[in-house]
This record gives sequence, C-alpha cells and structure tokens, in this order.
Amino acid sequence: MTPIGSVVFTRAGVWRGAQQAVPMVAGLAPFGIVAGTLAQAHGLTWLEALLMSALVFAGAGQVLALSYWAHPVTAVFACLVVNLRMLLMGPSLAVWLDRLSGWRVWGSLFFMADHNWALSITDLRSGGRDGGFLLGSGLMLWVAWVCGCAVGFAVGDLIRPSAGHPLYFIALAVFIALLVPLWRGRRDALPWLVAAVVGVVAQRLLPQGAWYIIAGAVAGSLVGVIRDRWGSAERG
Amino acid sequence: MIGGAALSVANLVEGPNLLTILGMLVGTYGCRAGGYWLFRQIRPTPFIRGMLEYLPGSLFVAYVVPSLLSGGPWQWAAAAATVAVMAVRRNFAWAIAAGTATAWIGWWFR
Repeated sequence: MTPIGSVVFTRAGVWRGAQQAVPMVAGLAPFGIVAGTLAQAHGLTWLEALLMSALVFAGAGQVLALSYWAHPVTAVFACLVVNLRMLLMGPSLAVWLDRLSGWRVWGSLFFMADHNWALSITDLRSGGRDGGFLLGSGLMLWVAWVCGCAVGFAVGDLIRPSAGHPLYFIALAVFIALLVPLWRGRRDALPWLVAAVVGVVAQRLLPQGAWYIIAGAVAGSLVGVIRDRWGSAERG
Repeated sequence: MIGGAALSVANLVEGPNLLTILGMLVGTYGCRAGGYWLFRQIRPTPFIRGMLEYLPGSLFVAYVVPSLLSGGPWQWAAAAATVAVMAVRRNFAWAIAAGTATAWIGWWFR
C-alpha cells in the first residue's frame, strides 16, 4: 500500500486511463449512435445534438430527456433523476479526490461516467494512486460518445439497429465485465444478492426513471456495512 | 460577414432547446460533482465510508440483473460467457466480444 497522502496526478496516469477505457468504447459507441439518431428524430439541429452530448455526456439521461423533448421541464427532470446515482459515485473516489484540488477534482468529475468510474475503483483498490486515471479514461469515453452521436445524427435511420438487436447487448456486456474485477470474494456475496433482489423488485414497482438502480445500490451497501459491524461487534 | 456567421449559428441553436440542454448540464454535473462536494463538507462517518466500500458492486448488480431477467435465456448465456472470459483472461475487449457473440448467435436462432 502506498502511504496516505501520496496521490499524484500525472500525464502518464491520464494516458493509462485513456488506454484502459478503449474496450469500453465498443459499448458506448452504438448507444451514442442511438442518441444521435434520436436527437435528429426530435428535430434538434446538428449543433444542438453535439452540444447536448458534449455538455451532458450521460447516455440514459439524454435518451430519456429526448423522449420528453416537447416538455422541457419534464425532460430536464427526467435527465436529473436518471443521473442521481452519480451523487453516490463521486464520494467512492474520495481516496483520490480528497488529495487533489481545483480543476483536477472538479474537471475530472465532469468526465465521470459509469464505465470509467468502475475502472477507477478497480485501479484504486489495487493500489493505484494516480488521480489522472479518472480524467484520462473519462476523456476517452467522452470523445467516443460525442463521435458516436455525430455519426448517429449524420446517418440517422440508415444504420439504426432494430430493438432487440444484439448490438444493444454490448452495453450490458460492458457492465457485466466491469463487475468481475469489482468482486472481492465471499464478503461481496450478500450485498450483491440483496442489490439484485431489491433492484428487480424496485424495477417492477417503479419502472420510471432509474430509482431501482439507486434502491438496489443503497440496499446492497447498507446490508454490507451492517453485516460487517454486526460481525465485529460479536467478535469484539 | 461576422453578422452572417452569428445569424447562422443562431439558426442552428434555438433558445428553448439551448435552455433545456443547459438545464440537463446543470442537473447532470450537479450530480457528478455535488455528491462528492457534499462528502467533502460533512466529514462522513465510518458507517458511510463502509457503505461506499460496497456501493460500486451493488450499483452495477442493481443495474445489470433486472435487465438480464427481462432478456431471456440467450442473454443469460451471453452474460455467463462475458463473466467467464473476463474471469479467466481479465481482458475487457475479449469478454465483451464473447458476450456479444453469444447474444448474436441467440438472435440468429430466435
């Protein structure tokens, strides 16, 4: 373990992050194409479509907001609700962020997406102490996202795959693959099981937005920490 | 000339659309940065820190499992292929390719 306080932010870290995010591009690009196509279908100009992807950089939020595009307040609200999980994601990177300041924190957070967040957690847990990793991996995804949207906007319905096409499975496969290095052995079994059950039940009860993800995530983490404290109290 | 360029940009960005996009930016960046900003202000308890230890896995499980359940057996096989390749090779590109290929075979035979 590196001693606490020795977090750095180097160009090498940014580059390493960018390289590790390359396989994720395959999962992001088809989704970006869909977002670009939808933006075109809802009458946005190319500049508006690119601005949205560049500034918002959140796939599910953009797709959902576009489906409410005629009602701007609902669109903004829907986008916000889907992205509420990000409130929980930032603090998990505190080991890096606490020892950085200025744009290195608040700029890197702009580029925090699900994929590079998970990569960063894995890197952090294996002893990585270069905060540039988050920014580099995020930049790689951001470029892929904006390019995907541009392609989607340009070619529109020509290449848009039908619903249920296996291309959409890529996005899911990325998240399944990201889970594997997050598994730390038996102590994760109970929290993950609870997260799965609560996620499935909550999705049935609250299909709108992404509340089920938040419900499952909070339930799983709560069970994990309570089980640990109970265990140490009984031993102690 | 400059006036013409400004006019054509104005044609490309409509006020209401721009406002909606900016609203989405504020909401999304607010979530990205706001959670950690709050965390910095409040000196979190060991309980909260313990929760954050379990959050990453739980969050992705809560996202993946409901999608898979509504997907059917070929998606489950594809998920298994992704996990197997990832566990053995620790390589995202191979794992994603194996999972997608399996899903594609299933789609072929549907």
